[in-house]
Amino acid sequence: MINKKVNNVQQALHGVKDHMTLMLGGFGLCGIPENAIAELVRLNVKNVTCISNNAGVDDFGLGLLLQNKQIKKMISSYVGENDEFERQMLSGELEVELTPQGTLAEKCRAAQAGFPAFYTPAGFGTEVAEGKETREFDGKMYVLEPAFKADFAFVKAWKGDAAGNLVFKGTSRNFNPNMCGAAVITVVEVEELVEVGELDPNHIHIPGIFVQRIFEGANYEKRIEQRTVRQKQ
Amino acid sequence: MALDKNGIAKRIAQEVQDGFYVNLGIGIPTLVANYVREDIEVEFQSENGVLGMGPFPFDGEEDADIINAGKQTITTMPGASFFDSATSFAMIRGKHVDLTILGAMEVAENGDIANWKIPEKMVKGMGGAMDLVASAENIIVAMMHTNKRGESKILKQCSLPLTGVGCVTKVVTNLAVLEVKDKAFHLLERAPGVSVEEIQNATEGTLVVKGDIPEMSL
Repeated sequence: MINKKVNNVQQALHGVKDHMTLMLGGFGLCGIPENAIAELVRLNVKNVTCISNNAGVDDFGLGLLLQNKQIKKMISSYVGENDEFERQMLSGELEVELTPQGTLAEKCRAAQAGFPAFYTPAGFGTEVAEGKETREFDGKMYVLEPAFKADFAFVKAWKGDAAGNLVFKGTSRNFNPNMCGAAVITVVEVEELVEVGELDPNHIHIPGIFVQRIFEGANYEKRIEQRTVRQKQ
Repeated sequence: MALDKNGIAKRIAQEVQDGFYVNLGIGIPTLVANYVREDIEVEFQSENGVLGMGPFPFDGEEDADIINAGKQTITTMPGASFFDSATSFAMIRGKHVDLTILGAMEVAENGDIANWKIPEKMVKGMGGAMDLVASAENIIVAMMHTNKRGESKILKQCSLPLTGVGCVTKVVTNLAVLEVKDKAFHLLERAPGVSVEEIQNATEGTLVVKGDIPEMSL
């Protein structure tokens, strides 16, 4: 067993510097690496580029880095939940690259899987395709999209072991598995770090080879953005 | 009378067939799930990574780790599955999803759709909409026929930045059901009590009216 376990979030984020490109898992506030984000705020690294489907809300998730003016550029598919984001973007303080969600996921997966680029139909004929190579296959037009290149990927999983094997829960899985191994260093925080051998090899979602560092996170808030319920009759 | 949002959802629900995998967008499309016939088997896909979405959870049973693409807490049905985002869009891009229902700010008679950006005003992003419209063969747009100022959103040409080109096949509005083909909107049905003339007046794009146009049966 190759040991990936580090003792705390400080060790996990060792080497994160200004101007780096960071990937962060999560959809909305679901499955975001809460501990890593808190440490990025504490480290106060500046001018970072963040690849994340969303930008958090004003006072949680990546919104915390935005409030702190740490982000130079965001690469996201949907940023509608964050007023500070919209303000910084419209005023030009923040550079934004809006990317179709499936393309965003595939740019992660391509980086993970060693593909330099891929063709997708998404965005053809729109401003997303401007300046990009296009090509026809079987009568349909496609846009060439390059894989991401990132320094760190911050991933949140449900359970994991010191070998770096991961299991995700519910829809908190989202982009997290696609970002494992898609950056130079993949840092995973888990709700529960279990003994090696405890996870059934048949049920592992991401094998440890894609992970460099793993630690057990603390104090998960797991904030709900839209609490929708029905009443029992 | 023009339909309300629930009326539009109710009419679109009639398009959902037995055995369909369906992706529902945010807004009116989400309501469609409430009106699908109970005697057919349908699975709802949400692009954040769930197939087999169920209704909202009972108060107190909500789980922060189980949400839909609108970030709402949901439940799952027996037979449901969770998956990562790349797999989710493999289902969409790979045409495994049978029907996509989404909202729009504008649609054009050539099938173009705009629903993600108003330059210098509103930039929320496209989310999964560009992937959905670029791949799906069966796209229904749920929208109001006109904007708050009474101006048509059913156009000759979209004025807003596009989400996709030549992809919309059907539009259901508060006034009408329209089929999009041969660079025109073909009027299929009228909302109850709405005249062809009212629809014509609210439509900027080319409207083709052939024969008697029936009212929607809701």
